[in-house]
Amino acid sequence: MSKLSTKHLLGIKYLQKEDVNLIFETADHFKQVINRPIKKVPSLRDITIANLFFENSTRTKLSFELAEKRLSADVINFASSSSSVTKGETLIDTVNNILSMKVDMVVMRHPNPGAAYFLSQHVDAKIINAGDGAHEHPTQALLDGYSMREKYKDLTGKNIIIVGDITHSRVALSNIFCLQKMGANVKVCGPLTLIPKYINSLGVEVISNLKEALEWCDIAMMLRIQLERQDTKFFPSIREYTQQYGLNKELLDSLSKKITIMHPGPINRGVEITSDVADSNQSIILNQVENGVAIRMAVLYLLAGRVD
Amino acid sequence: MQSSDRIILDPKQFELTIKRLSHQLIENYGDFKDTVIIGLQPRGYFLAERIHQELIKIDTQLDIKLGSLDVTFYRDDFRRQDTPIIPNKTEINFIIEDKKVILIDDVLFTGRTIRSGLDAMLAFGRPKTVELLVLINRRYKRDLPIQADYIGKNVHSIVSERVKVNWKNIDKEDKVILYTPE
Repeated sequence: MSKLSTKHLLGIKYLQKEDVNLIFETADHFKQVINRPIKKVPSLRDITIANLFFENSTRTKLSFELAEKRLSADVINFASSSSSVTKGETLIDTVNNILSMKVDMVVMRHPNPGAAYFLSQHVDAKIINAGDGAHEHPTQALLDGYSMREKYKDLTGKNIIIVGDITHSRVALSNIFCLQKMGANVKVCGPLTLIPKYINSLGVEVISNLKEALEWCDIAMMLRIQLERQDTKFFPSIREYTQQYGLNKELLDSLSKKITIMHPGPINRGVEITSDVADSNQSIILNQVENGVAIRMAVLYLLAGRVD
Repeated sequence: MQSSDRIILDPKQFELTIKRLSHQLIENYGDFKDTVIIGLQPRGYFLAERIHQELIKIDTQLDIKLGSLDVTFYRDDFRRQDTPIIPNKTEINFIIEDKKVILIDDVLFTGRTIRSGLDAMLAFGRPKTVELLVLINRRYKRDLPIQADYIGKNVHSIVSERVKVNWKNIDKEDKVILYTPE
């Protein structure tokens, strides 16, 4: 297979297993490109990409922008805080105005779940979802899956635990879809108030005790508590959360095997993970960031499509 | 093989051609000091490997670096096809800055692949000189001003015809055929 089965990247849910493999194989080549003395290729030199960020981002925005520039695309950036959105313009109007400037692809982050899907139904451009509310963050899951594949070659039968605020995490949902497509077993761990009720319908079990969860897994993905999405209190205090679900070196060293630690960022050091764990040799957090550029280059390359 | 297929090089001629090209290179490059060989992926690399083996067979003292270069990301026909072009591996574990490069491909036709290859190569440094070696030079349909310095065989063919280079390690036999696709 040499073509993705979808026209947009709205979520991992809409991808086939073969799509995920194609993206990974293409990313292998781009990873090599970004490690060369000259890190740029001219593939997308006739494409203009708009990065629309209606929500704050550091890593994802920089990573997309770098990927676009490494592929020689022309890039325009948009942040909602400094735009006419604050004057009451609708999403479709904003995007259609940008598209009138002859933009071929849109990378969008938006606080509302389904915003990328909505846009794909109404505008004539390729849409890449860079995170839509608590729904999906497909490129993050792809780079996580890619980083695991890099370390373990094959994820079939590997046990992966996702720890933390599952309800408010788009990274968790996208990762569940992605890792299951790759053949891994996924379970989640966290306070029951932060685990969605429907989680079992995804074939995902819950382990409420962190130590037990870590003993089960080969890879632990630690998530941040998304206080900005929590309108009510889901647990008594951050301190209590850390005592129950924070990963520290003592706990890590007490396990019967060496597990791999991942985190999609931003890290709240001392809350879900301590610094000595985040910076230990079992952590592949910085590999995730490096792989993010290669994965996004692959996605942009594969979605660029035919020139008319 | 179909009745319309024409053999351009049979296994014996194939071997002689590889030997001749290798001797020509030795004649011009001597001890191959500061010289590297780069084969274009996918099928130009097979020729580069074979020439590399032959050179070492002729002079066992030679130490020549061999690399493979994929031109996919540098092609000028990306987004002119329905499906994205899937890349091959690039393996150049040396710097080509100030080196004499022998660029190798199996068939030279429009010259567009070589143009991409020259661009792709610059990502690894600025070479001192570049020469082009091809097994088959198809004449009469060059889109760009590109010519080979070393040629296995010149072929006069029409555009609708295709040239296929077979390699014994993957296609069972070394030979070159000219055919018309259905």
